[in-house]
Amino acid sequence: MAKQRLVVIGNGMAPGRALEKLFELAPDAYEVTIFNAESRVNYDRIMLSPVLSGEKTFDQIVIHGDGWYIEKGITLYKGHKVTEINRDARTVTSEHGETAGFDKLIIATGSNPVIIPVPGHQLPGVLTYRDLDDVHAMMLAAKSRGKAVVIGGGLLGLEAAAGLQAQGMEVVVLHLMPTLMERQLDPAAGYLLQKAVEARGIKVHCKANTHEIMGTDRVTGVRLDDGTIYPADLVVMAVGIRPNAALARAAGLEVNRGIVVSPDMRSSDPDIFALGECVEASGQVFGLVAPLYDMAGVVARQLTGDATAAFSPQATATKLKVTGIDLYSAGDFGDAKDREEIVLRDPTRGVYKRLVLKDNILIGAVLYGDTGDGPWFFDMIKRGTDISEMRETLIFGQGYQGGALADPMAAVAALPDEAEICGCNGVCKGKITTKIAELGLTTLDEVRAHTKASASCGSCTGLVEQVIKLSLGDSYNPAAVQPMCGCTDLGHDDVRRLIKAKELKSIPAIMQELGWKTSCGCAKCRPALNYYLICDWPGEYADDSQSRYINERVHANIQKDGTYSVVPRMWGGLTSAKELRAIADVVDKFAIPTVKVTGGQRIDLLGVRKEDLPAVWSDLNQAGMISGAAYAKGLRTVKTCVGTDWCRFGTQDSTGLGVKIEKFMWGSWTPAKLKMAVSGCPRNCAEATCKDIGVICVDSGYEIHFAGAAGLDIHGTQVLGHAKTEDETIEIIAALTQLYREQGRYLERIYKWAKRVGTESIRQAIIEDPARRRVLFDRFVFSQRFAQIDPWAERVAGKDAHEFAPIGTLSLPQAAE
Amino acid sequence: MNAMTADWIDVGAAEDIPLRGARVVRSVAGDLAVFRAADGSVFALRDRCPHKGGPLSQGIVHGHGVTCPLHNWVISLETGEAQGADHGCTPKIPVQIADGRVLLDARAIARLAVSHG
Repeated sequence: MAKQRLVVIGNGMAPGRALEKLFELAPDAYEVTIFNAESRVNYDRIMLSPVLSGEKTFDQIVIHGDGWYIEKGITLYKGHKVTEINRDARTVTSEHGETAGFDKLIIATGSNPVIIPVPGHQLPGVLTYRDLDDVHAMMLAAKSRGKAVVIGGGLLGLEAAAGLQAQGMEVVVLHLMPTLMERQLDPAAGYLLQKAVEARGIKVHCKANTHEIMGTDRVTGVRLDDGTIYPADLVVMAVGIRPNAALARAAGLEVNRGIVVSPDMRSSDPDIFALGECVEASGQVFGLVAPLYDMAGVVARQLTGDATAAFSPQATATKLKVTGIDLYSAGDFGDAKDREEIVLRDPTRGVYKRLVLKDNILIGAVLYGDTGDGPWFFDMIKRGTDISEMRETLIFGQGYQGGALADPMAAVAALPDEAEICGCNGVCKGKITTKIAELGLTTLDEVRAHTKASASCGSCTGLVEQVIKLSLGDSYNPAAVQPMCGCTDLGHDDVRRLIKAKELKSIPAIMQELGWKTSCGCAKCRPALNYYLICDWPGEYADDSQSRYINERVHANIQKDGTYSVVPRMWGGLTSAKELRAIADVVDKFAIPTVKVTGGQRIDLLGVRKEDLPAVWSDLNQAGMISGAAYAKGLRTVKTCVGTDWCRFGTQDSTGLGVKIEKFMWGSWTPAKLKMAVSGCPRNCAEATCKDIGVICVDSGYEIHFAGAAGLDIHGTQVLGHAKTEDETIEIIAALTQLYREQGRYLERIYKWAKRVGTESIRQAIIEDPARRRVLFDRFVFSQRFAQIDPWAERVAGKDAHEFAPIGTLSLPQAAE
Repeated sequence: MNAMTADWIDVGAAEDIPLRGARVVRSVAGDLAVFRAADGSVFALRDRCPHKGGPLSQGIVHGHGVTCPLHNWVISLETGEAQGADHGCTPKIPVQIADGRVLLDARAIARLAVSHG
């Protein structure tokens, strides 16, 4: 049988998906011709925002490269806009005069951006945000580093604003409605979003009615109805889209808001399908990718003779693709009499969750700040799951439901085959497992290539990996969770997450609730748990000294012969005659055999007997010295050079800053030791570029470095960011330390943590997101209230006296009978 | 305070040893480590790890074991044997608890003094 001729007008994501499905179902049924008004291949339009912000390049968002069209035998006319559909002759004709005959036609002309017809809307410098050309135009405009106004505070507008800001522009977002993204978010989440957007330095003006776009030769600003004027070199209109149905209308097809289709996706002409954003189905038009992909599947099945295939609009989920802002909404979340809601707010973590219920069925969800459970809620919305059994804990998410808790795999194992894993590409669990079995796939990349799961935004990568693991068992182990120790199967990250989620505030509570396999842990897990509890519940958790390594238990460093070394703090490496005299006296009084200068610019007294420790500390305390914490998984030293005080090259007061940092941060516990340095100029005499955190002073301020190492591993630091003032420097360093305290695994040095979580994510949190930095800084400051107590003074005063004295001494006659 | 019965020496109150912790008893046989596990049971070992002589009294006590503070060998409190892949044994001193007091076996200490003292 001769192949039928299929012509496709448009080469966006929806027809691309339809063709993929078609070739899957019936590789040889059609000879395909595509006319594309854009002069390029099919690319992932959802990912335009990361291209705009510079996080991805065009090549990375191409869905079908030229090779794919050749392989499938498709004739692709790039840059050919179709000007006529002749339904009598069954042909289409492009503006360049190319004509193709069809047996079946797919119209996928997409949508046009809505242009508000205010005065000035045609001025040069006014753009829309729709395709790669717009992105290129915006990136070009952004090179001026000027001012941009984005009209529209919806999904697209906010992504455009964030992208332009990332390109260096000063951005104002104008939004007609009282809160941002009102179609996807309730007002509370809209408010949180506005705060987060503003914290990134983007100005938001809600209830803003644009009066005119100002300028004569090109745009110079925007005036609102209330008279406010925002100067602008670039105006981006992102107020919505309108189905592009002109061609269909001209061909006499039924068009309302969009091209009207019946559930089988056929237009009023049964041989002509319409697909994508140009469509109106069940009275609705569509802009998100998931329903478009559903349509694509229906078109493909109809084309291969499956008359039962039908499209019905489903609830949709939205995720904002702005780095650092986590936002997810799904379903219907409006208020109504017959609805109930469950709300969780956690202001310190910046989390807001709202679930909307109707007759014990979840119908809508808005998540802000913690969106990990979004797909799980969305799945329940689509399936109409009765949630009465888990109502009490529903809002805490999937991790909280019964036995699934300790084992993330169990949750994935329990998902039905039709559960959606990849929202971007509409890939369900069953598709992944089937492909793995059919094709013998063994890696994430292969699964991506064959299923498209996690191939777009990548946020479902973890889930996809878990599905692979379920299919392949232990032979697949790319990101295997290393258990903390033999006492548990949970990894450090899981334990930390559960400590917070379940509010576990003691070691016995953790062991009980998380099913520890031993009665009281071991020397690996107990110090780790003790640290996590100190970090996560400052002021509430009482330190468990029996779960401390000996050095931290007795606040000195054990030596090979069982004696200890004592290192008093010398702020920024500064000392005085008084301190040195006191140290000399202590050395004489307790016959301390070795005195040595350390690498961290202080003095080490080696060979102190354990029972002498409190007396040694007492004498040092009296001279004003406190513990140097040379034994601690915590802040050790802040090494400095002499800076502007003395050095002819010094650019800033590096010694003074080092002292300030040390006085601000001493006493804090961290996952592993934390060593710092401040150098007064790029000659870097304090060797700041191999420290956990380092500062290099420059004329314009302070370059903040981190993630260096000079021990078993040697690593130069990376630059985290630049600060203009000492206060800003300290805020950045404290926030960085707090992030490390909260994310680091016990005994994981900062450079290993940075490698694991990615320096970019750290930079995002600390440098790009001032609000997050501030929250971290505040948490650090709060925890310091309980940490800055000199442990030596406490013990001089009698704390833990049993540690330093033998319980008894047996004289010879007793023991020898 | 170190009252002596015929064969058992009172070294102090069990309560004075922290749970999941240890105290040192100085003796002619060198330092002895007296441990009190989480379940309240008391053990005594010579305070020297069979590996490099680390003071076991300074280690972290977990279950009926202690991890040496120097190189993380795990020593059984019940037998003095190194656990896992490590091999070695530290002498054990029999312990009795009477009226909340910890009593150590005097003969064992004496033997230890002769062999190691």
